[in-house]
Amino acid sequence: MALLEIRNLRGGIKDLDIINGIDLTVNRGEVHAIMGPNGSGKSTLGKILAGHEEYAETGGTVRFHGKDLFELTPEERANEGMFLAFQYPVEIPGVSNAYFLRAALNERLKYRGESEMSAGAFRRLMNEKMKQVDMDPDLARRPVNEDFSGGEKKRNEIFHMAVLEPTLSILDETDSGLDIDAMRIVARGINQQRSADNAMIVITHYQRLLDYVVPDYVHVMYEGRIVKSGEKDLALQLEERGYEWIREEVEAAG
Amino acid sequence: MEAIETLAQQEYKEGWVTDIEMETAPPGLNEDIVRFISAKKNEPGFLLEWRLKAYRHWLKMKEPNWQYMAYPPVDYQNIVYYAAPKNTPEFNSLDEVDPELLETYNKLGIPLEEQKMLAGVAVDAVFDSVSVHTTFKDKLAELGIIFCSFSEAAQEHPDLVEKYLGTVVPYRDNYFASLNSAVFSDGSFCYIPPGVRCPMELSTYFRINTAGTGQFERTLIIADEGSYVSYLEGCTAPMRDENQLHAAVVELVALKDAQIKYSTVQNWYPGNEEGKGGVYNFVTKRGICKGDNAKISWTQVETGSAITWKYPSVILQGDHSIGEFYSVALTRNKQVADTGTKMIHVGKDTRSTVVSKGISAGNGQNVYRGRIQVLKKADGAKNYTQCDSMLIGDRCGAHTFPYIDVGNNTASVEHEASTARISEDQLFYCKTRGISTEDAISMIINGFCKEVFQELPMEFAVEAKKLLGISLEGSVG
Ligand SMILES: Nc1ncnc2c1ncn2[C@@H]1O[C@H](COP(=O)(O)OP(=O)(O)OP(=O)(O)O)[C@@H](O)[C@H]1O
Ligand SMILES: [Mg+2]
Repeated sequence: MALLEIRNLRGGIKDLDIINGIDLTVNRGEVHAIMGPNGSGKSTLGKILAGHEEYAETGGTVRFHGKDLFELTPEERANEGMFLAFQYPVEIPGVSNAYFLRAALNERLKYRGESEMSAGAFRRLMNEKMKQVDMDPDLARRPVNEDFSGGEKKRNEIFHMAVLEPTLSILDETDSGLDIDAMRIVARGINQQRSADNAMIVITHYQRLLDYVVPDYVHVMYEGRIVKSGEKDLALQLEERGYEWIREEVEAAG
Repeated sequence: MEAIETLAQQEYKEGWVTDIEMETAPPGLNEDIVRFISAKKNEPGFLLEWRLKAYRHWLKMKEPNWQYMAYPPVDYQNIVYYAAPKNTPEFNSLDEVDPELLETYNKLGIPLEEQKMLAGVAVDAVFDSVSVHTTFKDKLAELGIIFCSFSEAAQEHPDLVEKYLGTVVPYRDNYFASLNSAVFSDGSFCYIPPGVRCPMELSTYFRINTAGTGQFERTLIIADEGSYVSYLEGCTAPMRDENQLHAAVVELVALKDAQIKYSTVQNWYPGNEEGKGGVYNFVTKRGICKGDNAKISWTQVETGSAITWKYPSVILQGDHSIGEFYSVALTRNKQVADTGTKMIHVGKDTRSTVVSKGISAGNGQNVYRGRIQVLKKADGAKNYTQCDSMLIGDRCGAHTFPYIDVGNNTASVEHEASTARISEDQLFYCKTRGISTEDAISMIINGFCKEVFQELPMEFAVEAKKLLGISLEGSVG
């Protein structure tokens, strides 16, 4: 059974269709890259999958390891193993990053009927994961994302992913805003999470990340549809030629 | 009911005198009722005289209308001003109590026996007589600490009561304080002798089974030179009361080098979603740092009442004295909280800190009203005020009215304010991490209130956090 199965998905905000019929199958062990011009609907797809209330599906189906995704609340989707790394991570003043993550992890454990993690065990886990993404321990003590630099916020998203160990991660432009070293570190963090059991959808504009996180499939999104799919060399082609030829192909197809 | 009313009216006409044998006074207020209350309590003469002066003054006063709220007029002639404390419990077992109330008690983790006391259920005789408060009282007595009901103090320690009563909140102070001075039912009295550090938190909680304090509560706390006391008022359990109007007075006196820490968690019934049946809580709380280096801190967490109207204040008379006010006020449904503080700097190098956190949800209205007053001789006085509001949803409101009045140019007064709203994006972010809306909100709120919670005694802080979480349940769409 596919981990994620999207069939003819449509949706958007109140008076605007943004996603206009998407089909995508993601199996365990796979990494899918989604590329596409600004405004083509990549982030919207992530938000609809994660359950943002402002965005609604208007047609099609999505199955997440067999379950009807739209029957699940956003937090149930998370606890079922879905994770969204935000293009623009949100600040939560007054709540320490560590406290927040421990609450998140315990929710997940509770959801699965397992016992909650003690403060000590959590601290050990956190320290280990912090090393994986080379994160300044100070960022765990500070309020979630508050006054983090752009790059620190992105790294924090990967840190959250590392702690929560999701089965399906949707990483929305986690590479943008990172300096070259940080990019490598984040990519390493992502690769450490890769396994035969889980899958990732990596939304990006740049080949550079894909040099490190080598995708199994590359899709191009255009006006709310996946208009072209291929393997990793498609990304190289895009890097070289831009999106104009895609646009032409779509228009020629009518 | 009707019969009593007509009877009462006739009797007023004829200059009716209350029968001292009666358990409950008829509704209404006049000098005879004041005399009746005082006689019932067997009070010393000075106290009756004081009550009468207050009553006569009250008659000349007008109910205030400057506060940010509207409430139906209170019929002062329709209130019963004296009822003997009920000794007979209302219910025989917890099964008879409103299940919703019990559920809240359980969520707060209140032990069964205490639940019974709170809900007015008969308590095991064993528990009552061996209750914590007996052993507790012996221990305090050894140190010379007096902690008893106000009525008891009026009889056992009349000199102390006479010396300090009304010295911080005079009977002329305001409409509700005057009313309270005339008719107060009971309350707490506390005296800490010089140099004594009270070894435990004093709590009205220990008295819930000894006195029905009623709607006109009066508290007087005196910390003699170099002493320290931490006092806890109220409890997190929701309290229902058939009395709509509550007008309490609290007076604190800190002598030289003394320190009083007064913490309140207030959770009176706020009324239903329309605000019907909720308590009006109009309280006058004031402390005086009478001697040098004295310190008074007010910490409050207010979640209850239909209308809350209170401004715990400090008069900083002694040089180098310190006043603090830390407050969390939560309003939801149709609740209104108009609260804040007054810091009056009289002495030199006096310092005050004000941290106010207002949370509004639903149609709740939260008002911060504060006055910082620096008198002419208060050289080097310093104040810092921080006033933060948090809005949940878009039908609620937060309003800030800071008044600053500085009569000395060596003083420094600083005011910071902020307003935040819990955003959909924050909630969505939490949800993508598996945290539900309600947990997310209580997490954000607890973070918002951290500076105040850390001023509360540990156990109180834990309860207050839970209380906020429970109060906000379902208030977010
Ligand atoms: N809440 C919203 N209100 C109005 N328009 C929206 C909203 N959300 C998305 N859109 C519009 O939908 C389109 C797709 O937006 P989306 O953020 O999904 O693009 P994207 O592919 O992620 O772009 P980028 O590469 O710039 O991040 C854009 O035209 C955007 O303006
Ligand atoms: Mg985007």
